[in-house]
Amino acid sequence: MTKPAPHLRESHLFDRAAIHEIQRAANEGIYRIRGFGAKRAVPHFDDLVFLGASMSRYPLEGYRERCDTDVVLGSRFAKKPLHLQIPITIAGMSFGSLSARAKEALGRGANEVGTSTTTGDGGMTDEERGHSNQLVYQLLPSRYGMNPDHLRKADAIEVVVGQGAKPGGGGMLLGQKITKRVAEMRTLPEDIDQRSACRHPDWTGPDDLEIKIEELRELTGWEKPIYVKVGATRTYYDTLLAVKSGADVVVVDGMQGGTAATQECFIEHVGIPTLPAVRLAADALKELGVHRRGVQLIVSGGIRTGADVAKAIALGADAVSIGTAALIALGDNRPDLEDEYEKIGTAAGFYEDWQAGNDPAGITTQNPELEKRLDPVKAGHRLANYLRVLTLEAQTLARACGKSHIHHLEPEDLQALTIEAAAMARVPLAGTGWIPGQGF
Amino acid sequence: MDAIDLATTTTRDLNARLQAEAPRSNAAYEVLHPGGRHALACGLTAPIAVTLRGHVGYYCAGMNQNATVTVEGNAGVGVAENMMSGLVRVKGDASQSAGATGHGGLLVIEGSASARCGISMKGIDIVVKGSVGHNSAFMAQAGRLVVCGDAEDGLGDSLYEAVIYVAGKTGKLGADCEEQEMTEDDRKTVAELLARAGLTGDPASFRRFGSARQLYNFKIDNVGSY
Amino acid sequence: MCGIVGLYLKNPELRGELGALFSPMLIEMSGRGPDSAGIAVYRGEEEGAAKVVAYHPDLDFGWQALAGELADALGAPVSATQVANHAILAGGASPMVLRDAVFAQSAGVRVMSAGRSLEIYKDIGLPKDVLQRFLVQGMAGSHAVGHTRMATESAVSTEGAHPFNTGDDLCLVHNGSLSNHNGLREWLATHKGIPFQTDNDSEVAAAYLTWRLSEGANLAEALEAALVDLDGFYTFAIGTKDGFAVLRDPIACKPAVMAETDDWVAMASEFRALAGLPGIETATVWEPRPATVYAWGRA
Repeated sequence: MTKPAPHLRESHLFDRAAIHEIQRAANEGIYRIRGFGAKRAVPHFDDLVFLGASMSRYPLEGYRERCDTDVVLGSRFAKKPLHLQIPITIAGMSFGSLSARAKEALGRGANEVGTSTTTGDGGMTDEERGHSNQLVYQLLPSRYGMNPDHLRKADAIEVVVGQGAKPGGGGMLLGQKITKRVAEMRTLPEDIDQRSACRHPDWTGPDDLEIKIEELRELTGWEKPIYVKVGATRTYYDTLLAVKSGADVVVVDGMQGGTAATQECFIEHVGIPTLPAVRLAADALKELGVHRRGVQLIVSGGIRTGADVAKAIALGADAVSIGTAALIALGDNRPDLEDEYEKIGTAAGFYEDWQAGNDPAGITTQNPELEKRLDPVKAGHRLANYLRVLTLEAQTLARACGKSHIHHLEPEDLQALTIEAAAMARVPLAGTGWIPGQGF
Repeated sequence: MDAIDLATTTTRDLNARLQAEAPRSNAAYEVLHPGGRHALACGLTAPIAVTLRGHVGYYCAGMNQNATVTVEGNAGVGVAENMMSGLVRVKGDASQSAGATGHGGLLVIEGSASARCGISMKGIDIVVKGSVGHNSAFMAQAGRLVVCGDAEDGLGDSLYEAVIYVAGKTGKLGADCEEQEMTEDDRKTVAELLARAGLTGDPASFRRFGSARQLYNFKIDNVGSY
Repeated sequence: MCGIVGLYLKNPELRGELGALFSPMLIEMSGRGPDSAGIAVYRGEEEGAAKVVAYHPDLDFGWQALAGELADALGAPVSATQVANHAILAGGASPMVLRDAVFAQSAGVRVMSAGRSLEIYKDIGLPKDVLQRFLVQGMAGSHAVGHTRMATESAVSTEGAHPFNTGDDLCLVHNGSLSNHNGLREWLATHKGIPFQTDNDSEVAAAYLTWRLSEGANLAEALEAALVDLDGFYTFAIGTKDGFAVLRDPIACKPAVMAETDDWVAMASEFRALAGLPGIETATVWEPRPATVYAWGRA
């Protein structure tokens, strides 16, 4: 790209991206559909910092002095809760949006480090169940591929009310990704653009969800933890209602959460960020007396580093979930495929057209030629490496705060660098003791 | 026939007992005093016969496989939801979302069904002696819905490849649902489904409804349907 | 989100058992609504007195003193009968006059209902506890409407519980979630002078009906107008002096079941709330259709 002459001034509102989008809409007559999560800047965990050791608080030695990271999910009602070795899980992503090899790689990587993966809007594949020791099975509005045998084979069930990228939207899979196998699993004709329901077909509202959860427990002998997942909107009320309707685990996905395909306007303009959402969800659990005492909270949406993991836990999460980051660890947006990205009109680090199914890395595609490029064993190992790094980073920060278990991190270990982050996380603005809206 | 009285048995104990039947069992049960309780006889896998003597609540026979479940009364929301195979018969009326997302098997409703009968069906066959409520067969993907009575507004809204047969009146049809020609094959299909359901009816009196397939790939001109 | 129930006794001989028949219906809906419960009972209209049921959180609140102040303000005798943290205030020319007089007393008293036969009791807690607190089991009367609450977007509070009293002897319970109530609340409060006590969407629905009725619509017309002006998901049960009405929104995702015999008409969110009524085995059982007003009663 040649740089524009220095006297030219770009509009902040009508910048090149905005102009391009208006022109594209005028040409095509359809909203922009893309994958990935929100790309614009919103207050996030980067605006918080930990208070490490000091004269009054003493750190733990690395390696020798334990900082445990295990987490139990579903201790409330399930006979067989999940025991994870790390507080990071792999979020729900469908076979269909992802290639079979990508799903296999996710399972392998999660297994290597002792955590769980999650099915998506399309049901459970044999590869997934075969390669993932702990598999969470999603119950979505579409019910594509829903099967009681799979329900019984799962280790937990996640009732999906919504996701962060599109709270209120249903699944989306475009024709180019509806191959024979995908079509069969979803009972759809090949090559059509899948239309999905945004509400569940047989219940609406937490009072009826309570009855649905009862059925799910009856179907599975009360063995498996039931999660309820919401996109972050009215998170405080949603968490209260999820608990009241019987959830063992509440999953909150902030607006930065990724998707394989939805309208851009949905991704960027609906839902609140993960930062305030964690705090709101934790508040609700504390009010009910079940925080860290019965109902667990998993948080997702823009988790990238061990610092993000530790901060989410400090604000009240029991675990976090990664989607976009997991795909990047597998190889999405790899710089060595730069030429390929250029051919499809994008660049490494910018590629977001996961809906198109032409992913050079073979991850968000159903094209067998492209899928071949992903070696599930190697990719699985890369994911395991990344998960280990996240865990080690989080432990490093926790030890610096004197914690022998990562769950002992608390909001008082944090301070904020901006007024918004201070208000949203309800921690003091560094150096001032001030929490906006709360006083001193 | 073994009798289980829900006046003195919990739902869990009922289901545990029914679900524990061996894969080839042909046992027969009657369930007394169901009293509108939920999730009764759900998750069955063996080809047993279960008769519930009274009205049941939500999700009766949910995710049924192979079993024959009869409700001698009315059924609440989502009867036979996501059924995979087998037969579920409701002698009275069925509430909303009857047979929702069902993949196989046969659901017979001898009374009427309310809204969203067969919503998102994925291969189940549903035969209703009475009428069906609004938005029935909404987003129905596969399977057959036979309605001997009337169908209210919104029938087959956003229909995929499921086929609907109605003998009585229809209201305003749903988006992308159109009346289609009843062929000899269709009449045979209706006859066969009525026979399997144990109901009488003249196949020639039924009209066929299917997808116009205009919403299969997004076109801006269809924006009014979205 | 919630459970709602209604029972209208056609057979006068059953009226002594209203509370005994109604209580198990409400308790059966506890799962749908563990936060709070409320009952609207219609009784005592033969006496013809204007009555207001009021609430104060302090069990030692001076109800007799308040009754005295109201009597002075109205120039007519006013009696007070305490029932737990509620009290029945009776007297005065009309229910609305009595209600306005109570509002004018600032002492932290909240009005639960106003009418000549309607009495509303509501409080936080499990349905069985609320019923016990207000001695509902032993009540006689012609009909009752009740609600068990799982609060969605507003606080769990006594005032936030349903039923909501709208006009004389009129009350509403709601299962569902409205989506355009905030703008409507603002307009009704600012331009129609309707007082609101909560942030609850259901209170807005009740106020909307009051407004329509005050402009001359009958109940059916007011409910038909509600179908146009209210957006969201709802099953409403409305109690009137002579019976009750039921309305579901056009999409009708929230449940509703009706049952009828020669002796009674009943409605509930789930059939199991009706399963204990005498004669249910041979009752006519059906579901109300969407966007259709149903009404039962003497008029």
